[in-house]
Amino acid sequence: MAPIGTLHYLVAAAALFILGVIGVLTRRNVVIVLMSIELILNAVNLNLVAFSRLWGLHGQVFAIFVITDAAAEAAVGLGILIAFFRNKETVNVDEVDLLKW
Amino acid sequence: MLDYITSYLGMNTTPGQAGNIFWAVVYIMIVFGGVSVAVMAMNWLERKALAHFQIRLGPMRVGPHGLLQPIADALKLFTKEDIIPSEADKLVFWIAPLIILCASFTVYIVIPFGPTHAVTDLNIGILFMLGVSSLSVLGVVMAGWASNSHYPLIGSLRSSAQMISYEVAMGMAVVSAILMTSLNKEGTGTLSMIGIVQAQQQQQIWFLFKFFPLGFIAFVIFAIAMVAETNRAPFDLPEAESELTAGFHTEYSGLRWSLFMLGEYAAMIAVSSIAVTLWLGGWLRPFPNTLTGDTWDLVFSLFPGFTFLALALVAFVGVVRMPKHPYFRIQTIGLAGFGAVLGLIGLILFIPPVRDRIQDIFWFVAKVAVFMYLYIWYRATFPRYRFDQLMKVGWKVLLPIAIGVLILTAILGVLL
Amino acid sequence: MTPVATTFFFYLLAGLTLLSGVLVITRKNPVHSALALIFGLLSQAGLYLMLYAPFVAGVQIILYAGGIMVLFLFVIMLVNLDRAKKEEQFNQQWLVGLIAAIALGALFTGVYLKGQDLFPEHTMTLPEGSNTQQIGLMLYGQYMFAFEIASLLLLVAIIGAVVMAKKRI
Repeated sequence: MAPIGTLHYLVAAAALFILGVIGVLTRRNVVIVLMSIELILNAVNLNLVAFSRLWGLHGQVFAIFVITDAAAEAAVGLGILIAFFRNKETVNVDEVDLLKW
Repeated sequence: MLDYITSYLGMNTTPGQAGNIFWAVVYIMIVFGGVSVAVMAMNWLERKALAHFQIRLGPMRVGPHGLLQPIADALKLFTKEDIIPSEADKLVFWIAPLIILCASFTVYIVIPFGPTHAVTDLNIGILFMLGVSSLSVLGVVMAGWASNSHYPLIGSLRSSAQMISYEVAMGMAVVSAILMTSLNKEGTGTLSMIGIVQAQQQQQIWFLFKFFPLGFIAFVIFAIAMVAETNRAPFDLPEAESELTAGFHTEYSGLRWSLFMLGEYAAMIAVSSIAVTLWLGGWLRPFPNTLTGDTWDLVFSLFPGFTFLALALVAFVGVVRMPKHPYFRIQTIGLAGFGAVLGLIGLILFIPPVRDRIQDIFWFVAKVAVFMYLYIWYRATFPRYRFDQLMKVGWKVLLPIAIGVLILTAILGVLL
Repeated sequence: MTPVATTFFFYLLAGLTLLSGVLVITRKNPVHSALALIFGLLSQAGLYLMLYAPFVAGVQIILYAGGIMVLFLFVIMLVNLDRAKKEEQFNQQWLVGLIAAIALGALFTGVYLKGQDLFPEHTMTLPEGSNTQQIGLMLYGQYMFAFEIASLLLLVAIIGAVVMAKKRI
């Protein structure tokens, strides 16, 4: 086996990213879509930290900011979900169509 | 192979830092065994001490003075029927106590029993401990949800809300203690547990007394928050029997319930050791810098032996006071044997080679034992907080005081 | 710290992360997805430790696994419908989504195959003892503005989430 280099981490992050994209595009439950978005953010973080080993600590600082923003976004997204759920008793992405003509 | 094993003995670091897997596993097994024994002893001590606080006797029958009661309890719990509610989610029901148990036990790999007596010394030690102990909230939430019944659900929601509220105040108090580690000449602080105790040794003061009363207030905030974090009295509304029929672990029976109890006691010991490491000087003996010199070292190194001899004396007093009826013969012999074992351990701890090595571990364990006794004392003395009072104290009282202490510590640290 | 069995741990942790990613997007029960995501986040913290980033690993455990996932579990408990469990899991345009994701995967594979020489093994071994200090110096020095904006963002998010989830404004 080749010694573990940066490329290994990048490939792992890319695979995680694709899994997250599949989750966002194909799942019906809004909560699972939000969790797939968290997967995407994690893949990006892994990329950042893998590169920070080459080029200094900026990657890790930015990864911390990404984690903070993921927390904020998850909170607001889940708040929107609760507000929507209260009006229309569903967590289905297909049924979020109140603005359709 | 033998080289690998013996090469570590010459080094002066923890096994994790030396990369030595064999000794790391040995240390992990010692810590795991020690914690299991401590949990059983804690169980016995809690029942006896609570009973004596309430002017009754507690378990007296199972062994002499109830010493074998924890073993009897464990046997009973192993042989009970395993009941799972019918509509419960089986995977989540099974995994919830495991998460609490794993979160509570993983913390033990960074607890420093001595300058090299830890499994490893992560340089983010305290961050790791706070983070992993916050994972037990997930187990509580899942336990309540998977039971598919109202009392566990409400109990788990209340318990998790309480735990995450007091984690914030705990974190602030911990940060103000970490600030104090950076007040040395180079201005470098550290997050590693061994480094924090060494900073206290260098600055020649326990952080409890530093910038008095700031260190003391931070310690008190942490002490209150850690009692709330582990769902112990007086913050035990989520699991109190008169309120919620045992809260989030209502539907768990037998072995699964014992896993919850094990996780709770392990978490208690873990957060107490955080408090001891951060404020009370970890493994340092009392007065490490003012009372120095060989005679004082000798005096303080005799403490472990004398402690065990005192315990053996208490056991023999118990033997003398046993009733002289033939029915009590086995118990008398058992207690006398137990006293003899304690005395033997005490005598072994007087031998100089053992005496030097056991110093740090003894002082650390003694300080944590004081905290354990305090936990039982709180349970016997204080009435329970109502849930809204609990949340009010956590957010409106502890958090502002913690932030104030942090700011004042930072200002004083820069000025002085 | 001397690294021990790097290859084994990388494959183990990356495998666990990817496996948990697969479980997240395929489970019918959202609680099982959340559980899988928790394990994925914890194994990713392990990957960060392998990349000599202990502070980011600690932040990941505290914030992500211990904070965001608790939030997710609470909301799942609130909106858990029995009806939703018996329905279809994948939405109407699942095929198009899958094709788009496979195209993206092909793009990534092409990029990594062509640019293999661009990523050297490692040119900088960051000192591990002072990682937290250096990150602190950078956060409060160079990135001070971003730090303050992040805290403002969190404040806005708290207020926004509370307003969205209230019964009456």
